[in-house]
Amino acid sequence: MASKQHANWSPYDNNGGTCVAIAGADYCVIAADTRMSSGYNILTRDYSKICKLADKCLLASSGFQADVRALQKVLTARHLIYQHQHNKQMSCPAMGQLLSNTLYYKRFFPYYAFNVLGGLDEKGQGCVFTYDAVGSYERVVYSTQGSGSTLIMPVLDNKLKAPSPLILPAKDAVTPLIESEAVDLVKDVFASAVERDIYTGDRLEIVVVKPDGIRREFIELRKD
Amino acid sequence: MTKAAIHVPPKGGFSFDLCRRNEMLAQNGLKPPCSFKKTGTTIVGLIFQDGVILGADTRATEGPIVADKNCEKIHYMAPNIYCCGAGTAADTEAVTDMVSSQLQLHRYHTGRESRVVTALSLLKSHLFNYQGHVSAALVLGGVDVTGPHLHTIYPHGSTDTLPFATMGSGSLAAMAVFESKYKEGLTRDEGIQLVSEAICSGIFNDLGSGSNVDVCVITKGHKEYLRNHQQPNPRTYVSSKGYSFVKGHTEVLTTKITPLKEKVEVIEGGDAMEE
Repeated sequence: MASKQHANWSPYDNNGGTCVAIAGADYCVIAADTRMSSGYNILTRDYSKICKLADKCLLASSGFQADVRALQKVLTARHLIYQHQHNKQMSCPAMGQLLSNTLYYKRFFPYYAFNVLGGLDEKGQGCVFTYDAVGSYERVVYSTQGSGSTLIMPVLDNKLKAPSPLILPAKDAVTPLIESEAVDLVKDVFASAVERDIYTGDRLEIVVVKPDGIRREFIELRKD
Repeated sequence: MTKAAIHVPPKGGFSFDLCRRNEMLAQNGLKPPCSFKKTGTTIVGLIFQDGVILGADTRATEGPIVADKNCEKIHYMAPNIYCCGAGTAADTEAVTDMVSSQLQLHRYHTGRESRVVTALSLLKSHLFNYQGHVSAALVLGGVDVTGPHLHTIYPHGSTDTLPFATMGSGSLAAMAVFESKYKEGLTRDEGIQLVSEAICSGIFNDLGSGSNVDVCVITKGHKEYLRNHQQPNPRTYVSSKGYSFVKGHTEVLTTKITPLKEKVEVIEGGDAMEE
């Protein structure tokens, strides 16, 4: 009888939120809103979805924040071991592969986390990796994940994508935007997404990774 | 012809034509699509010293998406009666319009001002008839010959008569404000202030509610509809440059033009337009 009462209990929840990352020639912008919600309730207006895994590698995740925390903990621990064994920090592409493996390891009881990994690669170029919940991943120039991703993605496509893959010669893998333009674009797409997505809002956290270090910035978003 | 070729809808009530089919589909495991605006809402009302004040937010949602940022949820019932609606937008609109027209006819018949209880009875009997399938949760307020009245009506047709009321997904947030601050004999300004505060509580703490505050003040022989009384949620960032959408984002591979109709040449002259 007790088992029947718990039949519709789920170990998962969706805490909403949106993440965006854009790779530039010598920078990477990673941004996420700071609202955490459950159903129609706001749990907190000030929860950072961006986790610094290495000096030049940051992870922004939406989905179920309990799973996200567990995932971040695993990655941080694995990165610490890596540093002890190799006496250096993991590169962003290496962290990308590690994240994929970590997600796929739980293929049949997944982390309910939608990740965007951003940072600089070994050459100091901006790089972004985008994931699904079970570890399929891809290196891209820009990406968005989370509740507002369907509203943001077409705008990024229009602004950042090479006009067509058929046009020759092929365009570069990094965006032609300068850093300030990329940051401006991120702010604007978030301000727009917040107008129409109820799970995104309150505040926007923007992290810019550059060869000489990272810079954090906040702007206010709608709070309704 | 024995039967009309085109099916003409009946004069009143709903069409249940597809119910049997849908039941069969459901039995075969098809889930019905749910693509109508069943919106999260905060609506409130209170009685103050010389009448009734109604309030509502202005957000309409479709699932997680905001369908309308500035919709009207305070509906007209009669010159001295207004009604806030929560639930399925189509139902609240249809049911208030329907009753509003019945009240108008009743006024033509009697030559007297409508009473709030009349509207209440019409609304609740309609909702009870449909056993909760017409999902309208209402806050009905007005001032008539017997004084100010405020009622809540649930989708199944049950009603309450209250000095202050809240409905919708933001009802708990709004009621928290009312329960802590409402008192009898509020002045007009205090009343509007309290209603706005209750709606704002819903706007900011309930994700189903948002955007602006609408207020409607009804007093004896007078009413004031304060559309967008407060606008507490302006856009926080506007891009410095704006956007230009460049042509050529899609590569044109081939072009072929098919004329829909052959061109007809018109020759003037001759016996044109004879009457």
